[in-house]
Amino acid sequence: MSIILLLIGISLMVALIFLGAFIWSVRSGQYDDDYTPSVRILLDDEPPKPKDTKLNNQP
Amino acid sequence: MGKSNCYHCGDECGSEAVVYEAKDFCCNGCQLVYSLLKENELDGFYSLKENPRLSLKDAKEGSAFDYLDDETVSQKLLDFCEGNTARLTLKIPQIHCHSCIWLLEKLDRLDEHISSSRVNFLKKELTISYNPNERKLSEVIRLLASLGYEPSISLSDGDEKPREHGIEKKEWFRLGLTFFCFGNIMLLSFPEYVSKGFSIEGTLSGTFGYLSLALSLPILFYGGIDYLRSAFIALKNRGINIDVPISLGIICLFTVSTYEILTGTGAGYLDSLAGLIFFLLLGKIFQRKTFHRLSFERDYKAYFPLSVTTVSNGKAQSIPLAKLEVGQRVLVRNSELIPADALLIKGQADIDYSFVTGESDPVHKELGELLYAGGRQHGGAIEIEIQKPPSQSYLTSLWNDQAFDKERENGLDRISNAVSKWFTLVVIAIAISAFGYWTYQGKTEVGLHAFTSVLIIACPCALALAIPFTMGNILRIFGKHKFYLKDIGVIEQLSRISSIVFDKTGTLTNAQKASVHFEGEALSEEEKLLVKSLLEQSGHPLSRLVSEQLSVDGKIIPVDNFQELTGKGIEGLVDGQNLRIGKASFVDKGLKSHTNETTVHLAINGIYRGHFTVSNHYRQGISEALEQLGHSYTLSLLSGDGDAEKPRLEALMGQQADLHFSQSPHDKLQKIREKKASGEATMMLGDGLNDAGALKESNVGVAVSDNVAHFTPASDAILEASQLPKLEHFLKFSHLGVKLVYVSFGLSFLYNLVGLFFAVRGDLSPVVSAILMPLSSISVALFAMLSTNLLGNQWLPSTTEKGNARR
Repeated sequence: MSIILLLIGISLMVALIFLGAFIWSVRSGQYDDDYTPSVRILLDDEPPKPKDTKLNNQP
Repeated sequence: MGKSNCYHCGDECGSEAVVYEAKDFCCNGCQLVYSLLKENELDGFYSLKENPRLSLKDAKEGSAFDYLDDETVSQKLLDFCEGNTARLTLKIPQIHCHSCIWLLEKLDRLDEHISSSRVNFLKKELTISYNPNERKLSEVIRLLASLGYEPSISLSDGDEKPREHGIEKKEWFRLGLTFFCFGNIMLLSFPEYVSKGFSIEGTLSGTFGYLSLALSLPILFYGGIDYLRSAFIALKNRGINIDVPISLGIICLFTVSTYEILTGTGAGYLDSLAGLIFFLLLGKIFQRKTFHRLSFERDYKAYFPLSVTTVSNGKAQSIPLAKLEVGQRVLVRNSELIPADALLIKGQADIDYSFVTGESDPVHKELGELLYAGGRQHGGAIEIEIQKPPSQSYLTSLWNDQAFDKERENGLDRISNAVSKWFTLVVIAIAISAFGYWTYQGKTEVGLHAFTSVLIIACPCALALAIPFTMGNILRIFGKHKFYLKDIGVIEQLSRISSIVFDKTGTLTNAQKASVHFEGEALSEEEKLLVKSLLEQSGHPLSRLVSEQLSVDGKIIPVDNFQELTGKGIEGLVDGQNLRIGKASFVDKGLKSHTNETTVHLAINGIYRGHFTVSNHYRQGISEALEQLGHSYTLSLLSGDGDAEKPRLEALMGQQADLHFSQSPHDKLQKIREKKASGEATMMLGDGLNDAGALKESNVGVAVSDNVAHFTPASDAILEASQLPKLEHFLKFSHLGVKLVYVSFGLSFLYNLVGLFFAVRGDLSPVVSAILMPLSSISVALFAMLSTNLLGNQWLPSTTEKGNARR
């Protein structure tokens, strides 16, 4: 049964890691803005080539 | 040639289109942005689905930002500055679509000395990091302004922001740590719940106990410390608040558990303790709903510009407002604010005092006349000489009134404190009598157990959750309907309102719109075009209003010999025809002008044709709303305008309504104070700085605004103007909300009765407590959420507009 003591210790350690992750995420400002990142991810990194997308480019 | 739209902002180009690379632009500003973006290969911007449509017609001159390089100003604005990195956060109200994010986050490609830029869309904020050794602050701001995103910078910026942020984060830390401990204690306590059938080895259960005890320490001394502290302060002041019975329960839980664990007599109630504090913290976070992009605390400083342009020896220089001194000469351009009481030295002044007095028509001023701070200049630039420092002007003296100093009593606290007082006394009485009964029976040990059990189980966790969850949810529902409250205390105040006071201009009426109709011989399409062409030349607000309402097809015709005679009217040759538009005496000598309404007369080729009548445009649905409100509330009106619209308002608000006209900001404050003194709970709805005193003095001050991101005076709530007709529903709903709180109280008492039944008999086991306490908390929270949502659907059915999707 004393193996349970070891398991409890390990489970506490794992939980502590998650607590640390939570504190880190709050501190680094991940909860400050819960909207903009959802938009940012949809924007293309590089603007598409002008010729392909613009209709009225040619004079 | 048909109409062309600006390639950049999408506005109609008009007659002076700028053609560049075979594209039309409405102004040089837009063309510059295009070439700037193109140069830096950012022209993919134009292929984005949403066109930001920011016109640069109204862009400020570059030198207007010079004051930002002043040490004291930049110190205040920068979040951080060290070596070659500086960071600042700017409020940019123009951020409105996803393409704005795209462009603003690519500033580093437009300027190599800007290292990064991040947008917070909901707060409409932009955080920029740049190299202060290479770039001045004013240059960074100028770059933004040249893109059409001029940040709104005001004197009160940078004072309060960071602190509140810290508090919010601390609460998340608390919740996180408490949840961690709560989860682990539950895990360790679980064997106890099922121990009837199993036998746990002695060493094991001892270890579990000690571990739980260790885990409960952070809960008590970090998570729950605020409750203990608040209770201690209340007791010190000989009062009882809701935290007193809570702390009593917490302390009792902890001491009994510690005793049981250390002596090995039982498992203690640490699981209940952890659950209790976890739910309390959860409620605390839930009730705090902040509408980030809104500010409820703005005073005149936020409204005034940060800088003014002074003139000395013919040289213009931009300086911070705080450094403005009496006797200095200041240049005020079209649509700029007069920063302090001053004398007019040079130029034609037409001052719009609508923010100060509520009167919407501009006032013409002669040279040497006194101009009051807060007025807005229309027309050309003027020069003024400062008479008083900005903080002592006529307008700002309103803020010296005591109404701005006092803290408002929170009605919700009053309710919960009254309840807690009785609650605590009754619980202590029950605990003592239970102890007395068992001691009398000769079973002191059972008595002691009963005594502590009563204090534990009666802990008013559910009671403490009733208000945050009910009110917090109402706050959210209101927010969805664009009625933004400062905090949950306002809901209770709303429920007690008996009298509603309106401001006219901008509240009942839409200040930007007016109904214009023409009286006289009808104009032909060609004539309308002539009139519009002439009106387009004038910057006078009346010309603008009439011109906007005059819908004609065709291109504006150039005007010859254009003349604008201030205070009289405009004249010019359009397409060979002479047009005169303006005051009656200017257009036709024999005419008398109407007194009641604002009229603009018209003559073509010397023949009088009739006049345009400009009258207030009342908001949609306002008459029905006023009629409904009139049944249950006393209505009154405090307007800064003259009584021209009195008959119409009487018809709208009913005969009993109390109408006052030509009210100065001080008069308004005084009127509200009188109403209050006569025992009425008043709600004031206003929009401008002139209502600021009245908003502050009333029980609930509601700022009405067409665009909530724009300036609103300090208030308890901000209501989007389009939602004004729903006012009665908001009031009814808050009334019901307060009733729901009492029902939730009842529900939590019910649980307490069940718990007390076990407790007084002395057989409260940790299991019963561990089930009953979270059960009562969760069910009260659920009840609060469900009932408010249900009532919300009934009273404020959600509209199918995009508002919800956009948050």
